[in-house]
Amino acid sequence: MMLSVVRTLVRRDLLLAMRRRSDAATALLFFIIVASLFPLGVGAEPNQLRAIGPGVIWVAALLSTMLSLGRLFAADYADGTLEQLALGAAPLGVVVAAKALAHWLVAGLPLVVIAPVIALQYDLERPLYGVLMLSLLLGTPVLSLIGAIGAALTLGLRGGGVLISLLVLPLYVPVLILGAGSVAMAAAGLAPSGQLLLLGALLVVSAAFAPWAVAVAVRIGLE
Amino acid sequence: MLEAAELECERSGRTLFRGLSFNLGPRELVRIAGPNGSGKTSLLRILCGLLAPTQGAVRWRGTPIRRLAEEYSRELVYIGHAAALKDDLTPFENLEIACRLAGLEARREALAAALSAFGVPDLPVRKLSQGQRRRAALARLLVSERVPLWLLDEPFAALDAAAASYTEEVIGRHLQAGGSVVYTTHQPADLDSDARVIDLATP
Repeated sequence: MMLSVVRTLVRRDLLLAMRRRSDAATALLFFIIVASLFPLGVGAEPNQLRAIGPGVIWVAALLSTMLSLGRLFAADYADGTLEQLALGAAPLGVVVAAKALAHWLVAGLPLVVIAPVIALQYDLERPLYGVLMLSLLLGTPVLSLIGAIGAALTLGLRGGGVLISLLVLPLYVPVLILGAGSVAMAAAGLAPSGQLLLLGALLVVSAAFAPWAVAVAVRIGLE
Repeated sequence: MLEAAELECERSGRTLFRGLSFNLGPRELVRIAGPNGSGKTSLLRILCGLLAPTQGAVRWRGTPIRRLAEEYSRELVYIGHAAALKDDLTPFENLEIACRLAGLEARREALAAALSAFGVPDLPVRKLSQGQRRRAALARLLVSERVPLWLLDEPFAALDAAAASYTEEVIGRHLQAGGSVVYTTHQPADLDSDARVIDLATP
């Protein structure tokens, strides 16, 4: 029962994203453009680019995830679907976890895939591509999960978009530090496993606790 | 089956109703009446568990619904003000997804039959009129015949006469099969004569 609810909901959200491709494309294009503007602005000094590359790519990933968070619950809230989800057969925590998973598949996974192309512009060394992708693979689901808390807390508020940023960006800081740090570590010739393991731990903790926080926030939002 | 005890509801500092108690058994029909803003929708939302009452409790077969959570949700259908339809999907896709999420068995033929019984065209919901959206939302009732409790917020709003009388027929069948229905309405309907009335206008 619960698995079928998760499957149905993920499939529905992917279908909706397919029917509204421009929304998903906006976040991805934003990521590409922001990350591509820095080499143009900073100048083509390879050492400098190599030094700022991981940080810039990670910040761009953070901002691009933020951009799509507003839609995570707002559309379902506006058309009444969220009420029906809250009255569904599965616990609301499971439902919102499925929604966060779908959000990651649409907004997070494409960033992981496109990251090596961006890394090319920063002249990152080949072995770093794997570390960058792995750090994004572990980190972007955390962004979706934590972001869902912010999206649920700002349900039905005017100007919710700005408020989400204020609420969520501070919580993203550990992910940013660990993610960018792991690539910088590998660039310095050290093992990035420490940062990556911590990112993995963040993922496990947020996957375990964020859905329940989101469920409580959604219930309050619906009242 | 459904028991409301001493319900009190306060919204933005105003008390809408207080000390409201009633019981709802099988085959019973209850109409919630009252002018705009008297708390009809709030009462329905309290009954389905979306809204917590300021005071009092709602019990389902003797257990508070707060404790039952999803177990209670599976026993009810709530059709709210908003049609809960996705604009980018067809009515069929909407209905299929709604059934799966509610844990109902959803055979494709049954879904198609429910939609055609309500005369919903097979277009993306974005292209449907207000009344057609309402019909698409109400089609859920036909695949929820096994679900005992129906809570309907303005089921007849935006419907034409034919669709409204068909909806009444569906509700009547559900009552005969042992179900219970609570609804709110502004338009007078033939059902009203069979219904027990809870009037929120007289506190």
